[in-house]
Amino acid sequence: MSAITQDRSETLAPFGTRLDRVTDPVRKAAAGALHRSGLPDRRVEEWRYTSLRFLNETPLAAPGDLYDAGKIQAQLEELGLAAGPLADLPRLVFVNGRYAAPFSVLPSGVEVSFFAKAQTFGTLSSPDRDPLTALNTVLAEDGAQLQVPAGKNVGHVLLVSLGQTDEAVSFHPRHAVTLEEGASLVLISIQAGRGRYLHNPVLEVRVGEHASLKHITLQKEGEAAACLATTYADVAGRGTYDSFVLGIGGALSRQEIHARLSAPHATVHVNGAQRLAARQIGDITSVVTHAAPDCISRQTVRNVLDGHARGVFQGKVYVDRVAQKTDGYQMNQALLLSETAEIDAKPELEIYADDVKCSHGATVGALDEDQLFYLRSRGVPDAEARQILIHAFMDEALALVEDETARALCVQMLAGAFPVTGETV
Amino acid sequence: MPAVTETREAVEQLGQSSYKWGFETEIDMDLAPKGLTEDTIRLISAKKEEPEWLLDWRLAAFRAWQGMKEPTWAKVSYPPVDFQDLHYYAAPKKKPGPKSLDEVDPELLRTYEKLGIPLHEQAMLAGVEVPEGEQARLPVAVDAVFDSVSVVTTFRKTLEEAGVIFCPISEAVREHPDLVRQYLGSVVPAGDNFYAALNSAVFTDGSFVFVPKGVRCPMELSTYFRINARNTGQFERTLIVVEDGASVSYLEGCTAPMRDENQLHAAVVELVAMEDASIKYSTVQNWYPGDENGRGGIYNFVTKRGACRGARSRISWTQVETGSAITWKYPSCILQGEGSVGEFYSVAVTNNCQQADTGTKMIHIGRNTRSTIIAKTISAGRSDSTYRGLVRVLPKASGARNFTQCDSLLIGDQCGAHTVPYIESRNMGARIEHEATTSKISEDQLFYCRQRGLSEEDAVGLIVNGFCRDVLKELPMEFAVEAQKLLQISLEGSVG
Amino acid sequence: MTQFLDISGLCARIDADGQEKEILKGVDLSIPPGEVHAIMGPNGSGKSTLAYVLAGREDYEVTAGSVTFQGQNLLDMEPEERAAAGLFLAFQSPIELPGVNNANFLRTAVNAVRRARGQDELDAVAFLKTARAAAKELSMSPEMLKRNVNVGFSGGEKKRNEVLQMTLLQPSFAILDETDSGLDVDALRIVAEGVNRLRSPTFSALVITHHQRLLDYLVPDRIHVVAKGRVIHSGGPELAQQIDREGYTRFLAEAEAA
Repeated sequence: MSAITQDRSETLAPFGTRLDRVTDPVRKAAAGALHRSGLPDRRVEEWRYTSLRFLNETPLAAPGDLYDAGKIQAQLEELGLAAGPLADLPRLVFVNGRYAAPFSVLPSGVEVSFFAKAQTFGTLSSPDRDPLTALNTVLAEDGAQLQVPAGKNVGHVLLVSLGQTDEAVSFHPRHAVTLEEGASLVLISIQAGRGRYLHNPVLEVRVGEHASLKHITLQKEGEAAACLATTYADVAGRGTYDSFVLGIGGALSRQEIHARLSAPHATVHVNGAQRLAARQIGDITSVVTHAAPDCISRQTVRNVLDGHARGVFQGKVYVDRVAQKTDGYQMNQALLLSETAEIDAKPELEIYADDVKCSHGATVGALDEDQLFYLRSRGVPDAEARQILIHAFMDEALALVEDETARALCVQMLAGAFPVTGETV
Repeated sequence: MPAVTETREAVEQLGQSSYKWGFETEIDMDLAPKGLTEDTIRLISAKKEEPEWLLDWRLAAFRAWQGMKEPTWAKVSYPPVDFQDLHYYAAPKKKPGPKSLDEVDPELLRTYEKLGIPLHEQAMLAGVEVPEGEQARLPVAVDAVFDSVSVVTTFRKTLEEAGVIFCPISEAVREHPDLVRQYLGSVVPAGDNFYAALNSAVFTDGSFVFVPKGVRCPMELSTYFRINARNTGQFERTLIVVEDGASVSYLEGCTAPMRDENQLHAAVVELVAMEDASIKYSTVQNWYPGDENGRGGIYNFVTKRGACRGARSRISWTQVETGSAITWKYPSCILQGEGSVGEFYSVAVTNNCQQADTGTKMIHIGRNTRSTIIAKTISAGRSDSTYRGLVRVLPKASGARNFTQCDSLLIGDQCGAHTVPYIESRNMGARIEHEATTSKISEDQLFYCRQRGLSEEDAVGLIVNGFCRDVLKELPMEFAVEAQKLLQISLEGSVG
Repeated sequence: MTQFLDISGLCARIDADGQEKEILKGVDLSIPPGEVHAIMGPNGSGKSTLAYVLAGREDYEVTAGSVTFQGQNLLDMEPEERAAAGLFLAFQSPIELPGVNNANFLRTAVNAVRRARGQDELDAVAFLKTARAAAKELSMSPEMLKRNVNVGFSGGEKKRNEVLQMTLLQPSFAILDETDSGLDVDALRIVAEGVNRLRSPTFSALVITHHQRLLDYLVPDRIHVVAKGRVIHSGGPELAQQIDREGYTRFLAEAEAA
C-alpha cells in the first residue's frame, strides 16, 4: 500500500504566517508536524464525525493585548462569578488567552506560575499525533500552571477563559495542573466568551499517588465561537481523576480527553453532558488507557439535541496487556428532541488483557412516550411534561458531579441557557 | 455429522448428475499470464462468452479500482498484496498437491478425524492429487457427507417445478440476461469498495438464485451448494433475488477446513428482497487459518450486502467464522422497505495468529424498519478479533429500532478483543440500544464443570458453545451441530 | 484411618487482594464408608473452604497436610479426576452457565464420569429417561431440563438441580455445602429425601449446614464443629440440638482453653 502524501497545508490558511514565525525547537517541531498533517478532515478516523470546515471560513488573527474591562466584568456577572458564593473562590481569569490579573484572585497553598514566563510545554501531550495539540504548541502564549504540594487539600480553584473580541481571533492557552502525593483539588474550568474566535486550550494534568483531582469543565462559548480543547491526564497509583464536562455553548466544540491510568488502583471518571440546539456541533471524545492492573474507569455521557444540532460522542477504552483486573464501564445516551437533530456515537473497547470486566452501553431515542403519557394523565400539559423529562434526563447526568459547588454552577448555567418552564408539579 | 452413504452406484450416479447440471466450473484449464490489465478482463469475458454490457461493466469496475486504495481502517495487518502477481484466470489450476495422505499435515488430518470425515474425503479436502481415472469421483467424496443421495438427484427437478432458478452466475448471464443485468451491482455497485471493485472486474464463478413471486423455496439451498463449493475460486460472485412474498434459505461454506492455493479471496454477495420476501443467508467459514505461527492462511476480504427493497421484507445473516488468517467482512442490510427487518448473528473465533475484523452495517432508510445484531467474539492464542458495526438511521426512518448485543470472550493473555460500534441517528423517532461486554471465561464456571467430571478442554468448549448459543440457534439444525464441534476444534490448544 | 476419606493436618490459604490469608489451620477428619457426617460452625470458620479444597478449587493453596480418598492422594488429582473418582460437591451458590442446556450439561457430565469409570456412555434417549425420572423424584418440572444451567433458576430450583446432578452422577462421596440455605420446609424435605435415597454402605456424605433443621431429615452419624480453620469438637447426632440451643460459644471457649 502506498500512502499518498498530500499537502494538507491549505487547511492552515486561517492562521496565515503565524505558524511560520516560531523559533523555539519544540514549537518548530510541532509546526512541522502540523504542516504535514494539516488540520484533520473527516477522513481521519478520530474526526469522522466532526468537521473543522467551520474554521476555514475566516482568517484568525492573534488577539491584541487590550480588552474592554467593562465587558469582561459584565461577562463575569452574567456567569454568576461576580457575586454570590462563587465570587469568593480563588480564580485565574484569562481574557483572549492571556492572564488578566485585575479579575483574578490567586489561590493560597498552590504554587502558581504562568506559561508566558516559564514556556514549559510538559510531556503528556503529543503534538505529533494530535494536530490540535500541535496547533496549540505552535501558538501558545500564556496559561496557568498549578502545582499542589503533597498532602495539601486546597479546595476550589476556578480557571476562567473569556473570549472578548470584535475581529476573528484564535488563542491557544497552555495549562498544567500537578497534584503531588495525597493532594486534592477541585478545578472548575469555565470557557465562555463573545464574538468570533477559536479557543484551543491544552491542559496537562498529573495526579500523584493517593491524590484526587475533581475537574469540572463548563463550556458556554459564544455562539459564533469554536472551542477545541484537549486534556491529557496521567493518574498514579490509587490516585483519582474525576472529570465532568458540560457543553452548552459554541458553534463548534470538541472536548478531547486522554486519561491514562498508569499505576495500580487508579481511578478515572470521564463523564459529561451536552445540551445543544440551533446548528451547534458538540463533540466529546475520550481515550481512557488502562496501562496498569487493578484500575477502574467510568464514563457516562448524555446528549440532549434540539434544532439542527449534532452531538458526537467517541469514547475509547484501551486496556493494555498488563492491565489485568481492569474494571471499565461506559454508558452513552442521547435524546433527540427534533426531526433535524443528529447524534453520532462511537463507543469503543480495545482490549488486550484477558482478566477484565469491561462493558459499554448506548441508547438513542426520543422522550419516552409512556412517561409522557403518565405525566399528562396526571394533568401536566404536554410541553411541561416534556420539559420535566428533559430536565430529569440531564439531572441524572449532573448528579455525577460530586462537588456541590460545581454541580450548583452546572445547574445554574443550564437553567440560564434553557429556562425551566415545567416545574409546577 | 449426518450418516455417510457411499454405495458405488450412488456415488457414480451423483458424479454424473453433478456434471450434467453443469454446476462445476466449466472453464478451460489454460492460464492467463499473471497481472491485471484491461486485456485480462477482456480475456475473462471472452472465455465466458459474455455480452458486451457485462464486459463494459467489468471494465468500468476495473477503472474505478485503479483509482482506489486498499482500505486501512480495519484492525488487521498483513504484508502488502501484490495484485499484479496473481493469476486472474484459471484459478482451478492447482500447484502440485501432496501425493498421498502421508504428505498431509497431520494436524489437518486430526481435525478431519474429529469432524468425523471418512478417509477418502479427507484426501479430497486436503488436496491430495488423485490419479487420472479417478478424477470423476472427486465431487462424490464430499457428496457422501449427505444423508441421502436421492435428495440431491431430485433437487434440480423440485426447484424447477417451483420456478426457482439456481445456477452458476455465468450460466445465468447466458440464460437469464435480463434478470442478471437488472440486479447485478444494484446492491454492491461495481465501485463500492476496493475489493468489491476488484471482484466486479474479474469474478469468474459464483451462483445465481431467483425465487419468483409467492414461492417458498422448497428446500434449503445449503446442501446443493455444499457439493459444488469445492472450487469456489478467489473472486466469487453471488446474487440472490427474491420476489414479493417469496423466501429462501441459503447456506454457504463447509465445516471441514479446505486446503486452497489461493491466498486472497474477495467475494461479493448481493441479496435483493422485495415486498414480504425473506432471505436467510448462513455462512460457516473455515478456510485455512495459517499455522501456529501465522504462516500461510487465507485472506478473506468479502463484501456482503442485502437490500430489503420491499415493505416488510427480511434479510437475516448468520455467520460462524472460524477460519482464514485475515477476515474482513461486514454482511450488511439496507432497510429501505417500510417495516423491513435486518438481522445479523455472528460468531467469530480467532486462535493462534488469526486476525478478524468483522461486523455489519444496518442502514435504516424506511419507516418502522427494525434490526437486530448479536455478535459473539472469541479470541485465543495471539489472535486479534474486532467487532465493527454501523447502525445508521436516516431522517425518514421514523419508528426505526435497533438492538445490538456484542460480547467478547478472551482466552489467554496474549490475544485482543475489540468492539467498535458506530451509532448514527438522524431521526428522533428511532430507538437504538447497544450493549457490549468483554470478559474471560469465568473460573467459577470452569471449576463447576470440572467438578462434574468434564475435562478443562471440554468445559471450555461447553461454556463457549453456551456463550454462542444465541447465534448458533439461528443456523439450520444439522449445521448447528457441526458448528458446535467446529468451535471446540478451533480453540484447541488455547487452554491449559 | 477409615480407608475411605482421611483428612490429616490440612492447612490451606487463599490469595485475597494481594494478601495471603490462612483459612484452614490443621483440619483432621475421617469419614468411614456408608456414613453421613455433618459440619457445623460459625461464619468464616472455613467450612466452605474445606469443601472447595476437597473438590480441587485452584484458588486455594494447600500448605500442609494430606487427604486420602479411597487409597488415593486426593490433593494430586485434577477436579475432574476427583469427580470421576466419586467425589461430588453440591455448591453453596450453584454457578450459572448461560446458553448451556441443562440436560445436555448433565449428559456430558454423566458420560465423562462414566467414561472415566470404564462404563458405557448413555445415549440421549436412555439418559433423558433416567434424568426425567430423577427430576420427578425431586419434584422438579421436566421443563427445568430444557433450560440453561441454573440461569434464571430460583434459589430452591438451583439446590434441587444440584441434588439432581448428584443423583445422576452416583458419587461415592458427596459434599453438600449449605444445600439447605434458602429452602422452604417442603423443599428442604425433598432435598433431604433425595440425599437419603442415595444412602448405602458405599455412599458417604459431608453435610455443611448452619441449621439443625436439615439434620432432622438427614440424620448424621457424626457432627463436627469447625471454628477458626480446625475441627474443635466432634460428637453424635444429639450435638445438633445442643448447638441449636447454646450456640458455639462453649465449644469455642473449650477450644480456647485447650
